[in-house]
Amino acid sequence: MAVRFYQVGSFAVGNRLVDGTDRTVQSDPGRSNSLTSGHRACQGCGEALGARYALDAAMRATAGRMVAVNATGCLEVFSTPYPETSWQIAWLHSLFGNAPAVATGVAAALRVKGRNDVRVVGQAGDGGTVDIGFGCLSGMFERNDDVLFICYDNQAYMNTGVQRSGATPPAARTATTEAVGPEPGNPFGQGKNMPALAMAHEIPYVATATVADLHDLEAKIERAMTFHGARYLHILVPCPLGWGSAACDTVRIARLATQTGLFPVFEAEHGEVVRVTKIRRPAPVTEYLRLQGRFAHLFDGSGQPVRPDIVAALQDLADRTVRRYGLVDDVEGGF
Amino acid sequence: MVFEVRIHGRGGQGVVTAAELLAVAAFEEGRFAQAFPSFGSERTGAPVVSYCRLDEREIRTREPVVAPDALIVLDPTLVHQVDLFAGLLGTGFVLVNSTRTLDELGLGTLLERFRHDRLLTVPGTEIAQRHTGRPVPNAVLLGGFAALTSEVSIEAVTKAVGDRFGASPSVAERNVAAAAEAYAYVRREMSDGVEKVMLSAPAD
Amino acid sequence: MAHTVALCRPEVVCAYPISPQTHIIEALGALVKTGELSPCEFINVESEFAAMSVAIGASAAGARAFTATSSQGLLFMMEAVYNAGGLGLPIVMTLANRAIGAPINIWNDHSDAMAARDAGWVQLFAETNQEAADLHILAFRLAEELSLPVMVCMDGFILTHASERVDLPTPEQVDAYLPPFEPRQLLDPDDPVSIGAMVGPEAFEEVRFIAHTRHLQALVRIEELSEEFAETFGRDSGGLLHRYRTVDADTVVVALGSVLGTIKDLVDTLREGGMRIGVLGITSFRPFPSDAVRAALEKARRVVVVEKAFSVGFGGVLSTDLAMSLTGLTVPVATVVAGLGGRPITKTSLQSVFESADRGELGQLTFLDLNHDLVARELQRIVQYPRSGPSAENILRGLGTPAGTG
Repeated sequence: MAVRFYQVGSFAVGNRLVDGTDRTVQSDPGRSNSLTSGHRACQGCGEALGARYALDAAMRATAGRMVAVNATGCLEVFSTPYPETSWQIAWLHSLFGNAPAVATGVAAALRVKGRNDVRVVGQAGDGGTVDIGFGCLSGMFERNDDVLFICYDNQAYMNTGVQRSGATPPAARTATTEAVGPEPGNPFGQGKNMPALAMAHEIPYVATATVADLHDLEAKIERAMTFHGARYLHILVPCPLGWGSAACDTVRIARLATQTGLFPVFEAEHGEVVRVTKIRRPAPVTEYLRLQGRFAHLFDGSGQPVRPDIVAALQDLADRTVRRYGLVDDVEGGF
Repeated sequence: MVFEVRIHGRGGQGVVTAAELLAVAAFEEGRFAQAFPSFGSERTGAPVVSYCRLDEREIRTREPVVAPDALIVLDPTLVHQVDLFAGLLGTGFVLVNSTRTLDELGLGTLLERFRHDRLLTVPGTEIAQRHTGRPVPNAVLLGGFAALTSEVSIEAVTKAVGDRFGASPSVAERNVAAAAEAYAYVRREMSDGVEKVMLSAPAD
Repeated sequence: MAHTVALCRPEVVCAYPISPQTHIIEALGALVKTGELSPCEFINVESEFAAMSVAIGASAAGARAFTATSSQGLLFMMEAVYNAGGLGLPIVMTLANRAIGAPINIWNDHSDAMAARDAGWVQLFAETNQEAADLHILAFRLAEELSLPVMVCMDGFILTHASERVDLPTPEQVDAYLPPFEPRQLLDPDDPVSIGAMVGPEAFEEVRFIAHTRHLQALVRIEELSEEFAETFGRDSGGLLHRYRTVDADTVVVALGSVLGTIKDLVDTLREGGMRIGVLGITSFRPFPSDAVRAALEKARRVVVVEKAFSVGFGGVLSTDLAMSLTGLTVPVATVVAGLGGRPITKTSLQSVFESADRGELGQLTFLDLNHDLVARELQRIVQYPRSGPSAENILRGLGTPAGTG
């Protein structure tokens, strides 16, 4: 049995004691560097990290036979400051809301040309997936088009100045859900559970991942590429700017999101959950919230909740998610 | 010289197809033809109008037929809803799908000033039902039209109808037979002279 | 139409249903399903926005892409239409011209094409079904040669639902005229490129200018390709414009699309009566053939533009473009807005307008067959009881009809 080592901060990119095939793609000097250096992402950008790992893994899984379609958003903007591009793969950006449909078109063209070895990846932020891209995404899922769609979820419209999206969590402060009034931040009772919506289409493969467990992310990309048809990967990517967190805390915050239960890590096939990553070290939501400026209005200067009701509601949400997906060992998921 | 036809009916009676079939029949005979509907969204039972122009030379105009040389009415109940005879030329032909006479339909006075030998009813739905099992009178009325106006031959109508239903030869056969029966019916009615034509004697 | 498009060997066909384009796409779908049109991927998309997006992806990946829409559908995909135009992807689209709501109206006019006129697409207007079919063949050739998307405009219902005599091209003819699609740059893992970067102020103008020069090249190529078309297929179709009895005409009528047939018939009748009148049909609306139009009209004493669109708050659309082409000449241009929302354009109505023009009495802007009484009553009511709300329903209120039963 292979020994698993956990990532420590962001310095350990190779696990030298691990079998070659289990090693992260990033440890391979022959990796594609799909998203190579020189892009203009912020320091500590979770999306840049996630995209680099995801696409290099996809390139390895497809032996370099891949085309990527990107929606408008941070990733597209910071990676292609004309006349430069940091993409070393075949890459197309069309519009904000149509990445899934454009990906469908690319896949159709490859099929009709008999290039069945070339795979298609579509990718977008949470806005381009959950809101403006939702119609096209649902269409792509419904037709079971052969596209792996990746959502880099930083839970708001970051590139335009941190506005609320359908993926923004309750109580989070954004420019359009300010931390003022009796219900500060994003209202409770809104938002879309995008992985669940993807599962409702009964597509071959749906998975969630975060930048806290990059091996897991790579493994899921590789697993996704073993399927044909519509596949969906939802990756939590903290945004230091929009979340008001320290650039060095990106991976830690992502880990806390999973350990509080707020972000469940799992895989589903044809609408049924088949694998769940259990929480190793459960953490209360406060540990997660306190690291982020977007939740700062819930605490006072010494870190004590000034809105214990909201914190409790968020804890409740986390607990429900733990129960629902069976994220803690003595609890069976009921999803 | 262009010959203009206007076809009235309800959605589901084959009004649009009738115009197309007529155009095809004329095409078979080497003439130019143009057929098009006056449209609405799909809805069975709604009034539908279609147009067909026949000519020896290219037909360029696209306006609806406002002064028809011939009218085909697939559903006489329309007379109370639509101005069926608007613009009909004095020398115009009228063929109405009905088992009743024009008088019995209450159209006697309306049609008084037209040429009586060019006005006829034909029991199209009944003929269609007997041959094809469906109350769709369009092919039938075209058979009648061929007889009444001689603008197209029954052979051309037969070819057009046959080709349209080419995928199911038995359906094609039955529609062709129905059209042929209407053709024969109209020929009989016409040769029996003015006395047998629907309009009642002037005294009424 | 479907038959001709199929002969052009499209590789990806994707469209969303909208009246009156549905049967073209349905027929293509059937051809793909039976294998008659192969290799071809037919995709049932979930919206027009998706339709144009799928076409964009397909075209960027090197496949010949085709879609079709009308009116509301065109508007729904408008972001993608501009995207395709800006990226210079050689997509061909049938635009079955239909009015744009509100009020919702499924009948023919040219407001949809006019809404897209600045998007960088070539816009060709067909006068007959023959020309509509032929223009598709020319469209694919032109699009792929100049790396420009092309829309073939054909009047909804009037052409799309008309049966008329058409000479169908043979596969050999089409193959001789239209070679396989070989894009100069495409999405290929063997030669990766990034397509769709954000271009800032330092280069945007140049990119747009190059698109403009492509259109100017199209003005030349459309004529040349139409000549080649005539050689290959044995008939005249397309070209930048068609002139009919304009050489010695005092009055020249200008129009787009199927109404030209009606006008030609009328012109013959009026000529018999001694009026010196002719008609100019513009086929290529974008790029606008300014020089050719000017040459055709400079000897006229007056121009009457009959158009199926108008710019609310201003006047005609075609006539405005046309007037620009005639800058410096003293030829007066009158606009006649006709056929909006599918109202039939009759020879009778046109005749009185042309006679009025011939007498020098036609005003600058005329709305053909406008119901002046109805309008006057409604305007009066508005003055008496000013209230906001939709005109169509308020007209009914004025008549005492509950709007709900309209």
